[in-house]
Amino acid sequence: MIKKDDVQYISHLSRIYIDDSEAETLAKNLEDILSYIEKLKMLDVKDVKPTSHVLPLKNVFREDALKESLGQENAIKIAVESEKGFFKVPQVIE
Amino acid sequence: MKLSELTAHELLDLLKAKKETADSIFSSVKNVIDATEAKINAYAHISDKPIQSKNSSQKFQIPIAIKDNICIKDYPTTCSSHILKDFKPPYNATVVDKLLNSGALITGHANMDEFAFGSSTETSFFGPTKNPWNLNCVPGGSSGGSAAAVGAHEAIWALGSDTGGSIRQPASFCGVVGLKPTYGRVSRYGLIAFASSLDQIGPLTKDVEDSALLLNLIAGHDKLDSTSANIPVPDYTKSLTGDIKNLKIGIPKEYFIEGIDPEIKESILQAIEVLKKQGACFEEISLPHTEYAVATYYILATAEASSNLSRFDGVQYGLRCHPKDKRRTSLIDMYEETRHQGFGQEAKRRIMLGTYSLSSGYYDAYYLRAQKVRTLIKNDFNEAFKEFDAILTPTSPTTAFKIGEKASDPLSMYLSDIYTISANLAGIPALSLPCGFSKEGLPIGLQIMAKPFDEEMIFKIAHSYEQNTEWHKKKVAL
Repeated sequence: MIKKDDVQYISHLSRIYIDDSEAETLAKNLEDILSYIEKLKMLDVKDVKPTSHVLPLKNVFREDALKESLGQENAIKIAVESEKGFFKVPQVIE
Repeated sequence: MKLSELTAHELLDLLKAKKETADSIFSSVKNVIDATEAKINAYAHISDKPIQSKNSSQKFQIPIAIKDNICIKDYPTTCSSHILKDFKPPYNATVVDKLLNSGALITGHANMDEFAFGSSTETSFFGPTKNPWNLNCVPGGSSGGSAAAVGAHEAIWALGSDTGGSIRQPASFCGVVGLKPTYGRVSRYGLIAFASSLDQIGPLTKDVEDSALLLNLIAGHDKLDSTSANIPVPDYTKSLTGDIKNLKIGIPKEYFIEGIDPEIKESILQAIEVLKKQGACFEEISLPHTEYAVATYYILATAEASSNLSRFDGVQYGLRCHPKDKRRTSLIDMYEETRHQGFGQEAKRRIMLGTYSLSSGYYDAYYLRAQKVRTLIKNDFNEAFKEFDAILTPTSPTTAFKIGEKASDPLSMYLSDIYTISANLAGIPALSLPCGFSKEGLPIGLQIMAKPFDEEMIFKIAHSYEQNTEWHKKKVAL
């Protein structure tokens, strides 16, 4: 059973602020969806290997060589706030 | 007939014969956009002039709509979300580069469910797209804008993305052809990720030949996407031979159980008869884990989404919001407020569901279990393709539903993808094409699936069906 407190806890893990009215609706939605998902517990999967990816992927290596990249100027162009070529965020050190 | 109503291959013939110019084709489409966009809302961002490359080969100067989650350099790319408001990427997606090099004339960014989270295009920050066949109905989703644009002749063809049916279900609702290629067939570089192990870009077109042509233009290995497959790309138009004699096609019994609209079942049965006349053989098969696909998907897709969408935090791009409450001034408060204001309800729901299933104490019960069930679903298809060349099913259990009908019940919305989700979990290619209309005049879609990297088989069967029916010629009257 998903309660409002659980929703507040998950919302903090998700870094999304949720107000009280939203929490109520979300608790009900998540409860509905999770009870539907319970059906997966009917299957015996003890000896089944998990699939994280459908293709037989191998690590892809490349030469450690210099090549053209976006460049600081272009990367910072889309910043919400910037200063001296850096992304700017609220103060994190007291 | 207006130029905007023609297919790309018909227009390419006219261009080659110098009977029409790229300018006149673009204006014809632009006129339709100007006249009908207020009714349909197929676009999130419309470009006044075509977005094109000066150095292109000019071979494929066809107006195309691109889903709003595929990056176009210096052009608004917003996933139809408030949190990416005004975001203009500093680079092109690989598919966009390929299209521009071929001569494409991009009309703009097509509307979509926010971050591709939805099956109706109702969760867009820019408001819902309407179904061109009935303005009170949804166009499907999440590539609803792309499907509606093609259906309403606001583009000749379009690109969408498909994570659980987001190309095929809207194609079916809007009476167009939609293909989800094999996972790895098309580069995902520059596609803003929803669920990286499931996402794939694909074409929405007016007929099967256009689908093959557009896949030719976008498929192939890309160094910038290490999950793109290094497998040669055939000329897909060569598979449009009409010869389907003795092909073995499976009909999974699990796709015809309760919940399917009787009119849809009837249309599929008639489609089977059409293909039988061309020499294909049909047999009932079983994909025993079908009923677990939706549950598996909503664990895996949301888990991947919760991780992928953590990048939208108000730091590097997009929206940044600070709480009104003066006690909430930390960096984390800024993240939380930006995401509170920036994401819509469905995005919040999915990020939180994914976060929950990955959180300590729940990982084994949900995420790991779902990954194991994914193996079972994939094995079902492996078994079936040992004996069969293709699998044929309906694309959706219903025709387009009314706007608002499922908006407040997320679970019923999720279940509208019940026939499309398995192809993403198994990574196989699947295509939807028109196979009839309901009594109310809404399009019905037929889905054809094949084994990985055998899009040619799908095109062959779909083309044969299309050549022997008239559904794809029916035009919307707006």
